[in-house]
Amino acid sequence: MSSSLKLIDVTGADKAPVNIGQALGRLFEKVPALWTLASLALLFGAWEIAGLVPISIAFPTFTSTVAAFVEMVLDGTMGHAYFLTLQPLLLGVAVSAVLGIVLGILMGLSLKAEWLLAPVFIVLQAAPMAALVPLVTFIYGIGLTAKTLAVIMLALPVIVLNSYKAVRHVNPSLVAMCRSFQGTRLQQIMKIIIPDASPVIFAGLRLGIAAGFIGVMLAELLITPTGVGDLITYHRSIANYAHMYAAVASIIVVSTVTLAALQWFEIRFLRPEKRKR
Amino acid sequence: MQQAARSTIKAAATNDEAIVQVRGIDKTYGDIEALRNVDLEFSRGKLTTLLGPSGCGKTTLLKIIAGLVPATAGEIRVNGRVVTGPGPERAFVFQDFALMPWATVMRNVAFGLELRGVNAAERKRIATHYIEEVGLVGFEDKYPHELSGGMRQRVGIARAFSVNADVLLLDEPFSAVDEQNRRKFQEDLLRLVDLEKKTFIFVTHSIEEAVYVSDRIVLLSPRPGRISQIIDPKIDRSASPDDIRRDPGYLNTVEEIWDGLRHYVD
Repeated sequence: MSSSLKLIDVTGADKAPVNIGQALGRLFEKVPALWTLASLALLFGAWEIAGLVPISIAFPTFTSTVAAFVEMVLDGTMGHAYFLTLQPLLLGVAVSAVLGIVLGILMGLSLKAEWLLAPVFIVLQAAPMAALVPLVTFIYGIGLTAKTLAVIMLALPVIVLNSYKAVRHVNPSLVAMCRSFQGTRLQQIMKIIIPDASPVIFAGLRLGIAAGFIGVMLAELLITPTGVGDLITYHRSIANYAHMYAAVASIIVVSTVTLAALQWFEIRFLRPEKRKR
Repeated sequence: MQQAARSTIKAAATNDEAIVQVRGIDKTYGDIEALRNVDLEFSRGKLTTLLGPSGCGKTTLLKIIAGLVPATAGEIRVNGRVVTGPGPERAFVFQDFALMPWATVMRNVAFGLELRGVNAAERKRIATHYIEEVGLVGFEDKYPHELSGGMRQRVGIARAFSVNADVLLLDEPFSAVDEQNRRKFQEDLLRLVDLEKKTFIFVTHSIEEAVYVSDRIVLLSPRPGRISQIIDPKIDRSASPDDIRRDPGYLNTVEEIWDGLRHYVD
């Protein structure tokens, strides 16, 4: 009933008596971000209720988690943990992104590079990397190198393989077009192949960065109890569940925001035509 | 002295007559023989159509002339020079438009100039002229996905014009355009041919389209592609589009071509 009223309202019946449903409907039409907020409110509401029931004594409410988060930010433990976690993460993701895109594009452009490198990365992608992370400890100990390496091991294969496939699936007609107007090989690569491949390269980058977050968490939980991983392990061990969940939730938020920022960057700078959609 | 005189005469002769010469072209893809011993000459300033059923190698021949596909044997000469690859005297219009989806109409039209290193102001000046000529004023900042199929191909044609090539090679340019737009397009093409005084080599599988736009029609037979017939439609181009389509010469030529092609179609 109310939904049909809203539909009529969309067609612009200004004279109709305004009720809350209609006003809300109109507001949501105008500000699509409200849908995002509503979705989050639903999630946090469900979390709060589940915590109040409680579904487990180890499951805190949303509000107590937020309180724990604020407390950890204020006493500096959160900041220190992120200082330790972000170093291997940024380093590993940067190395994986640069190396991965360069190697992937190279494999896409040259058959010899493909023959040389593709099997390695296909095996690496298929391998359960989490099982290999402890091996890194034997070689590189428990320092920054080991954690960075864990990030690279998880992030690099997916970035390489996506970039490679992206270049292989570039529209051949565009390449022929560039050739027909006497474009050089370099122009072909810079002006046609890379822009045309960029959506798939960026999809790989997003997957790679998400995998990098998994890598750094695995390293901190399995190898070196430092950073955010240590925060999680420590608060779990002393049954400080609100603090533990605050650490878990914070890393999820950081990961989500990073990926959203990457998407914004891609649309802003590489594929302007998508802004208008 | 005498030799110099003779070579000038020869150069003049090629200038006036054949701008593109196709000599003994063979093309095989593995076991498949796409073209066999094709000899052809294309006259300067004329629109010549390569017509034939699918599989007759007409697009292959056009791409060989463009330098996009190497021939197995034979040679192509443009302005008397042997073709080894794409060159500035030829411009190609693609069946699937081949527009960069991330670039505006303006950048797409100017892309041939951009590749040549022409500066931005000059590029814009030339592209603006051809955007106007193909009737896309007001769409300069649109992206290809915002245009209809017909408008996208206008971008492709403007891009080919803007590099100021002598020969325009059009590979079934209207096949991805709907019927109403096709007719409008054919009329516009005739206007552009008249305006630009260039040589056009046009590939199509539509008999009506070929007869409507061409000064000369080369019929190719399939498997392997060979020249089966050359037809010069005698049609008064100054008449209105509707009158041309009702012209007996037009209708008879369409019938003549259909008789020639009928036995290739199962």
